Amino acid sequence: MKRLSIFLCLALFSLAFGIQAANADGLDAFKSKEGTISIAGGTAHIPVMKDAAKAIMSANPAIRITIAGGGSGVGIQKVGEGLVNIGNSGRKASEAEVSKYGLVMFPFAVDGVATVIHADNPVQALTGDQVRAIFAGEITNWKEVGGNDGAINVYARDESSGTRAVYWKKLLNKGTVVASANVVPSNGAMKLAVSKDPNAIGYVSIGHLDGSVKAPDLDGVQVNQEAAKSGQYPVVRKLYMNTKGEPEGIVKSFVEYITGPDCVEFIKAAGYIPF
Amino acid sequence: MYRTADRRAGSLWLLACRSSAAVTGAAVLAILLFLLWFSLPLLDADTLSKLLSWDWRPFHGGFGILPMVAGSLLLSLSALLLAFPVSVGICCFAHGMGPSGPAACLLRLVKFMTSVPTVVYGFVGVFVLVPLLREAFRSGSGFCWLAAAVGLAVLILPTIVLMLHSQFMLIEPQVKLTATALGMSPAQRLLHLVMPNSGRGFAAALVLGFGRALGDTMIPLMLAGNAAQVPGSLLESLRAMTAHIALVVATDSQSLAYLSLFACGLILFLSTTLVNLGLQLLKRPEEDKG
Repeated sequence: MKRLSIFLCLALFSLAFGIQAANADGLDAFKSKEGTISIAGGTAHIPVMKDAAKAIMSANPAIRITIAGGGSGVGIQKVGEGLVNIGNSGRKASEAEVSKYGLVMFPFAVDGVATVIHADNPVQALTGDQVRAIFAGEITNWKEVGGNDGAINVYARDESSGTRAVYWKKLLNKGTVVASANVVPSNGAMKLAVSKDPNAIGYVSIGHLDGSVKAPDLDGVQVNQEAAKSGQYPVVRKLYMNTKGEPEGIVKSFVEYITGPDCVEFIKAAGYIPF
Repeated sequence: MYRTADRRAGSLWLLACRSSAAVTGAAVLAILLFLLWFSLPLLDADTLSKLLSWDWRPFHGGFGILPMVAGSLLLSLSALLLAFPVSVGICCFAHGMGPSGPAACLLRLVKFMTSVPTVVYGFVGVFVLVPLLREAFRSGSGFCWLAAAVGLAVLILPTIVLMLHSQFMLIEPQVKLTATALGMSPAQRLLHLVMPNSGRGFAAALVLGFGRALGDTMIPLMLAGNAAQVPGSLLESLRAMTAHIALVVATDSQSLAYLSLFACGLILFLSTTLVNLGLQLLKRPEEDKG
């Protein structure tokens, strides 16, 4: 009897200890496993994926993780066609996509989209109405919104961009964008174009914001991740991982790792808010 | 008299040539079939009329690709217009108009230009040409038809120069003796004998240059501004079909926007085919002129 209770105690102790260890280190899920995880899609996701992959692969060299970009649409399509294990997207998969491919979505971070102008532009703040009028081509000179005398050059993203989708829906209220707007293919290209053009206005993911461009206040709210997190700044989106059907094996472990507590720091370091 | 070994080598060589021609032909045919297969969903009247319109606003139901077709044509023709005279000038300089030292240097430079990746031209364009145009004209963002046309002109220049150069090299030995006997200077020889006999070379250079300009993606994507509109001036933004494909390829595969890419691909394919067929037809009259 005594022996049994000691045994039970030990068993419980080791079980508790084991669980605690698993909580402390999400990498344990990958222990003594091997295989490949391929990831493609949204470019905003890449820094987080890379950090996580590095941590996993250095803890367990038998697991190989490959990460490619391509954009939200490509991510969804590739995972749907079974070409990759995880397809990243900066937007929700559409109903057509979910029903065609049987996708399961895993949001793991929140990202805001900021209006950006040239760093030397004296304009410090804009209202939502002003931004909408600028993008619709109704306001065409910076002096109409308190800036220098100069024609406004509008920059937009292509129709497949997740960044564009959220900005258009949540800030432009699905309004028209002037047909003469320059279209750039990525967040990086947008930042480059706006940082070079003194009369530019465009939009980038808050995670991409740096000193090369300026994000004016919107409706009196300073544009940063804190405001996006608190809900004060409304132009936000979720970053998703998508899998075809429920994930299994190491892919499941990977999804759990990214959405778990271990990756909080990676997500913050990339400029996003953990979901 | 051929020896057996020579004959065998010859027939082997012929076989290799024939099979590579067959593989190339099959590949081109496969591409055409692939494009046609994926374009099949476009072939109902409603979809076609939507695609063949001037309105590209996918979120408002406008899927017209005509602005991109016009953009591609305007862009490649203007690039050709810029590059062709310069290329002819370079070739003349290299074939008797200029001193031989600098001429050889110039040709070497042009050959080097063929090895520069187009994205490098695009990149330099973004940092140098675009700000320059923005400052110089004080109109628009600098990402415009003109910027892309200049970029493309630089890109297709070596193609045109080398095509003309090889044609001149072909003609020159044929007329050299006569020209020298007549006391012609190299410049006179070039102007009066070599160039008039190089009609085919000129046509081929134009066609190849046009094809290369039409098919390039990186330079229009990076420099033209990509607004889906017909530009009103050289300083306005336009979108080429190739850049359109690059921009839209990431959309979901269910939409009409995605299908429009196959229409663009088909148009690009057919236009280069037509241009090449045109060249074949051009051949005979050009030879007669010579």
